[in-house]
Amino acid sequence: MAREIGEVILDLRNISLRFGGVKALTDISFDVRDHEIRAIIGPNGAGKSSMLNVINGVYRPQEGEIIFHGEHRRDMDTHEASAAGIARTFQNIALFKGMSVLDNLMTGRNLKIKTNFLQQALWWGPAQREEIEHRKKVEEVIDFLEIEHIRKTPVGRLPYGLQKRVELGRALAAEPKMLLLDEPMAGMNVEEKQDMCRFVLDVNDQFGTTIVLIEHDMGVVMDISDRVVVLDYGKKIGDGTPDEVKNNPEVISAYLGTQH
Amino acid sequence: MPFSMNFFFEVLIGGLLSGVMYSLVALGFVLIYKASGVFNFAQGAMVYFAALTFAGIVDAGAPLWLAFILAFLAMVVLGVLTERIVLRPLVNQPQITLFMATIGLAFFIEGVAQISWGASTRRIDLGIQDEPIAWLMDNYNLNVSTFDLVAALIAGMLVGLLALFFQKTKVGRALRAVADDHQAAMSIGIPLQHIWAIIWTVAGFVALVAGMLWGARNGAQFALTYVALKALPVLILGGFTSIPGAIVGGLIIGSTEKLAEVFFGPYVGGGIENWFPYVLALLFLLVRPEGLFGEKHIDRV
Amino acid sequence: MFYRETGQFKTSYAADQQFFPIRQDRIGIALLLLVAFVGVPLFATDYWFSAILIPFLIFSLAALGLNILTGYAGQLSLGSAAFMAVGAFGAYNFILRVPGMPVIPAFLLGGLCAAAVGILFGLPSLRIKGFYLAVATLAAQFFVVWALTKFGWFSNYSSSGVITAQDISVFGYGVDSPMEKYLLTLVIVAVMAVLAKNLVRSNTGRSWMAVRDMDVAAEVIGIPLMKTKLLAFAVSSFYCGVAGAMAAYCYLGTVEPDYFTLDLSFKILFMIIIGGVGSILGAFLGSGFIVLLPIFLNITVHPLFSLLGLDVSTAVASNLELMVFGGLIIFFLAVEPHGLARLWQIAKEKLRIWPFPH
Repeated sequence: MAREIGEVILDLRNISLRFGGVKALTDISFDVRDHEIRAIIGPNGAGKSSMLNVINGVYRPQEGEIIFHGEHRRDMDTHEASAAGIARTFQNIALFKGMSVLDNLMTGRNLKIKTNFLQQALWWGPAQREEIEHRKKVEEVIDFLEIEHIRKTPVGRLPYGLQKRVELGRALAAEPKMLLLDEPMAGMNVEEKQDMCRFVLDVNDQFGTTIVLIEHDMGVVMDISDRVVVLDYGKKIGDGTPDEVKNNPEVISAYLGTQH
Repeated sequence: MPFSMNFFFEVLIGGLLSGVMYSLVALGFVLIYKASGVFNFAQGAMVYFAALTFAGIVDAGAPLWLAFILAFLAMVVLGVLTERIVLRPLVNQPQITLFMATIGLAFFIEGVAQISWGASTRRIDLGIQDEPIAWLMDNYNLNVSTFDLVAALIAGMLVGLLALFFQKTKVGRALRAVADDHQAAMSIGIPLQHIWAIIWTVAGFVALVAGMLWGARNGAQFALTYVALKALPVLILGGFTSIPGAIVGGLIIGSTEKLAEVFFGPYVGGGIENWFPYVLALLFLLVRPEGLFGEKHIDRV
Repeated sequence: MFYRETGQFKTSYAADQQFFPIRQDRIGIALLLLVAFVGVPLFATDYWFSAILIPFLIFSLAALGLNILTGYAGQLSLGSAAFMAVGAFGAYNFILRVPGMPVIPAFLLGGLCAAAVGILFGLPSLRIKGFYLAVATLAAQFFVVWALTKFGWFSNYSSSGVITAQDISVFGYGVDSPMEKYLLTLVIVAVMAVLAKNLVRSNTGRSWMAVRDMDVAAEVIGIPLMKTKLLAFAVSSFYCGVAGAMAAYCYLGTVEPDYFTLDLSFKILFMIIIGGVGSILGAFLGSGFIVLLPIFLNITVHPLFSLLGLDVSTAVASNLELMVFGGLIIFFLAVEPHGLARLWQIAKEKLRIWPFPH
């Protein structure tokens, strides 16, 4: 493989997150290296989605430290995270249902838009030039994901699998450095899963995007990820290459159940 | 005007008692909101409709008890029709759509009420005297109306009755189940549509009581619909799902608006009770969006 | 048969992004503007100008404003009339107190006053949503009307806050006759409609819709919620404010704060529900519908009832109007939540393939 895994770019240290009395995450530490595909696995309710929400600032952990590109923080802020190049998709698709595929993807580029609302109200001139320039970028993403035929369809009318793809497209439109994918293949059939795997690998390969993904399909996880972190009941019980994790007794007991 | 403790209490008590009226209307909102997730803007129009119907039947020569029963039947018909014509076609729509639909419903009910009974103010005489309670006047020099006190008692009884209804009857249990989770309630065989019709009828009953009491105080007139709008800030204070919240919120709004009007109003030209509750609710929202008794909601993504 | 886009290909993104990508639509709109600017002034009577066309245009603008806030940004408001009032009284005071104040800038300044008030009452939208916000905007509705009535300065100390619009002129031409007022209104409304369309098809509009459809996701992709919502409140109130100023100067002439009641706010809300939530065209369709409906009822109800031998008082007629409004709102929400604009779109789609069903 020509891919080179780089330095650690995101380092999470001793993260704990509570909702009232409920502990969602307890003292979790792991890191993500540049250009790698990092999977988070674990049974339902293990805190996987909460982990992603901590990384891009939707939730603020009560304890811990996040080091992103060498910068130490108590927590992230959604706006800072997106400005720093972190994009994500959601477990239950979070597209803008009333808008077309094209408009959804264009929202992905909102941080790169320079004209203000007055220029946009006038349209002719800078706003139009900018609009066309971003449209070109978005069309590249549309080509990449092979969704040309539905670009003007309102996303609410699309089938589930395509919606997932459009959501990936919206994240890609931002040209992210790091992509957080929350169960990108959940509820898909084998064919759709293969497509999605191909897209994820291609994104990682062609654009050099670092990927953190949550996935339940062990086959997929073991195939595409470089390193895997395993959560159970909000605690980290394993971390390493797919092979290491596969043979970790704690992980096996969490998945298969053992008698205590 | 020199500040006197006595006068302050008089205003406070007057405010609390009128707050009971707000509580009554707010109660109707809470019932419907809990059971069907609909924020029923038409509750005020229902109060107006109920009051006008009651007054109209009394004016036609019927005794009070008969008028009460007939007006209640009218509210039952209204409740059932609302469920059938408004709620059922709009099931599973966003809350905001349902809310706007009830604005339309309010207009419709107002139109029906005025076509049926005319738009002029009708007096309602329930036979309760609107005079200061002599005992309080003599011993403490406090001017508290008998009528207000009786109204407050009736409202209190109504709340007690509703609590019993919710806790002890089979329908009440079903209602609470529906309030908790529509789908789960349906899956165990609770007929959602019947429940909705019942809850709208109960809300209609509450509206009738509120309309009678209010109408007896100020006449059955169109302004009732505006007064009823004050139930909205009451709900923001009390929380949309809480019956005790509706009561406490009503008392807070009733008393603070009167106090503000009497002690602060004269400095700015008066009339501030028209907007004071809304601004109070607005400021309150900024501090505690879920209300005093509401449940905190955590967004999941 | 005539409404086909066969053979019309887009070769650039600019062509794909234009207002009316289909040639027949462009011809249609050009004809419509021609009629509005030339045909109508040639043939319409004063009654048509003052009772139908001018209010239609002004309410279209107000509905457009509300549609930006409610239809595009998803923030329900029951205070549109209050923002109109601010615009009317703002423009009045600028013309009254600034010597030589030209009228169009005064309208715009009135709109800016409304925008400022809109931002103020929009602040709660950062914490609350849905009908909670509706209650917040009720606060604006009642507070603004109260303040304009109680503080004499706003109406130059006239009794009960009535203001009488000064005579106005544009570039030296006096705008006195209904036709002149119509043309002034038409120009302003047309320009502002174009600006609104530009806004909603660019990043600003996409951000509004994103916040409307799913605010958490919007935040995660970097759309600043506070700025986006407050901008929606500001732009929306600005449009309502300008509409209010024109209502005072081009439509009513004499107006008091009590004209801008909660009922007017509801009327504007009804316009966008019937016309089409989240559609520029919808604001115009809804306004036309609501302006024409009472006239239509007046014409039809009386003969209908007299046929049955009944006499209809004006009170009954106005109550029938309430019932029809209410019923229509429920009907549209249940059957076609996107209103007349969507029906128009469906008709066009049918026409594209007519006479073949597929």
